[in-house]
Amino acid sequence: MKETAKKISNTFMSISIGNRGQNGLLFKSFVYILLIGIGFVYLYPLLYMGSYSLKSLDDILNPLVNWIPTQLYFDNFSKANQVLSFLQTLIETLYVTALPAIVQTAVASLIGYGFARFEFPFKKTLLVFVLATFIIPPQLTMIPRYVFFNELGFLGNIQSFLLPALLGQGLNSAIFILIFYQFFRMIPKSLEEAAQLDGAGFLRVFIVIAIPMAVPAFIISFLFSFVWYWNETYLAALYFGNELTTLPLELNKFVATYQKLYSAGGEDATGDNINEGIRMAGTMLTILPLLVVYFLTQKWFVEGIDRSGITGE
Amino acid sequence: MKPLSMKTKKSLIGYAFISPWIVGFAVLTAFPVFYSLFLSFQKVKVTTDGIQTEYVNFDNFSYAFAVDALFTQKILTFLEELVLSVPIIIVFSLIIALLLNMPIKFKGFFRTIFFLPVIIASGPVMKELMEQGVTSIPSIEQYAIFEMIMSGTEGFLNELIIYLMDNLIFILWFSGVQILIFLAGLQKVDHQIYEAAKIDGASTWELFWKVTLPSLTPMVIVNTIYTIVMYSIFALNPVIDHIQVNMFEIKTGLGYASALAWIYFLVIAIVLSISVGLLTLRVNKKYG
Repeated sequence: MKETAKKISNTFMSISIGNRGQNGLLFKSFVYILLIGIGFVYLYPLLYMGSYSLKSLDDILNPLVNWIPTQLYFDNFSKANQVLSFLQTLIETLYVTALPAIVQTAVASLIGYGFARFEFPFKKTLLVFVLATFIIPPQLTMIPRYVFFNELGFLGNIQSFLLPALLGQGLNSAIFILIFYQFFRMIPKSLEEAAQLDGAGFLRVFIVIAIPMAVPAFIISFLFSFVWYWNETYLAALYFGNELTTLPLELNKFVATYQKLYSAGGEDATGDNINEGIRMAGTMLTILPLLVVYFLTQKWFVEGIDRSGITGE
Repeated sequence: MKPLSMKTKKSLIGYAFISPWIVGFAVLTAFPVFYSLFLSFQKVKVTTDGIQTEYVNFDNFSYAFAVDALFTQKILTFLEELVLSVPIIIVFSLIIALLLNMPIKFKGFFRTIFFLPVIIASGPVMKELMEQGVTSIPSIEQYAIFEMIMSGTEGFLNELIIYLMDNLIFILWFSGVQILIFLAGLQKVDHQIYEAAKIDGASTWELFWKVTLPSLTPMVIVNTIYTIVMYSIFALNPVIDHIQVNMFEIKTGLGYASALAWIYFLVIAIVLSISVGLLTLRVNKKYG
């Protein structure tokens, strides 16, 4: 028994770490089955969501209907669309996520460049503090920030996201500063030095020479900040209150909004109760824009980790 | 005025580049951290002319542990889940990274799937999915093999398996970034080391434990820190919800919430240092 186990693991290891001598057909198919199995488990909630969002109430209640609805039922989506006020919320979400993401990326590039290209006293200490800001939970700073933003009149207003982003203290800013730091350290200095000899100032060198070389880092940082800001609901709920909203925040109160709209004597009250289909349609609509972004740009997300230089150097 | 030397000038420009961060760190991180420490020893009242504080010594802290049973309970549940989930997430992402590192087809496709949850897993989406019961393996309790496992085990192991099954998708969805970090690490391992070890007669089993894993140690540490941090700030975490709720309770207020935030921070810091300490200790003992 033990011997067999060792043999199997040996084969497994030999292939996984690049020994191409023993990858028999049987073993290969085992790997594929494993990957497909895990992949299915990963996608299971999404498939479920997709299937249920297209099911009418009859289909949901019918135990014979499992994965494939008897007919494509789009009413769930039109109801969810109304509950979320999808288009309006989408525009608002884009406003409160894309803008901070752009600011955060731009500022992180400046800071990362400063750390990568210049020598100054306390540089190491400051870098350690940059890392520390990643570990400090937002809960520790949010109460004073809340009081502070309240006095500045930033609450319920996009400034409460923009100001931290502008000062390199936004959502996971430390990661983006590190990405730019690693990136600028990896590209050769010679071009920038040549430009300096020709009399270009430091800011000019940064804008004209360094930025064009770091386009991938900009794309990666923007995409990750965009997604993280989009999915951030804890601080958004605290700082935005009822003034601004995002799709995930609307999803959070989906059931309550639905009941206000349809069940409890609203204008077009039909007495409909909420069902899984409508809720799944709402969830689907919330993640749909992210899915579109991801499938258009997934190469950048996946390569981002490679480029972040997290693997040493 | 004496002209500045080149070196001083360059360091000043360096400071100029990072100045937004320095200002931000001072105003939005360092000061708030100390201010919330200050608040945690106060009873805070929000009035129309700003906030009023009254020094209450350790009252907030003793209230958290002695009276607020909900908080202690939530912290304990959080710790229990953290201790169970983090190793599982690390091992799982390592296994998937090893699978993806093999010479297989559709590598990009699988990577795309495994990273997808990172993009969509926000608190409300996860909440909806959990309420539908799709984050656990569907109807696994019905399978004979499951019953066999359950009858063969007892106590802690039993609980562990139930927890794993109930939260499997949740745990898997948390491993997207970690898989890619491991994968990047695996691709950077020098192939000559494998060749050399093989010539010395090492089996592949030994290769994994003595070459692959040690060279991945930095990534294991990075992943552990990342997982703990992400897990502790995830929107569905009951502890951070409790902190926010208490911010606006009249009875407790900002002072008490600050105390809770500090306790939470200390708990996370202790967990982080213990886990990083254990991981580095292991390495030093073996190769020091």
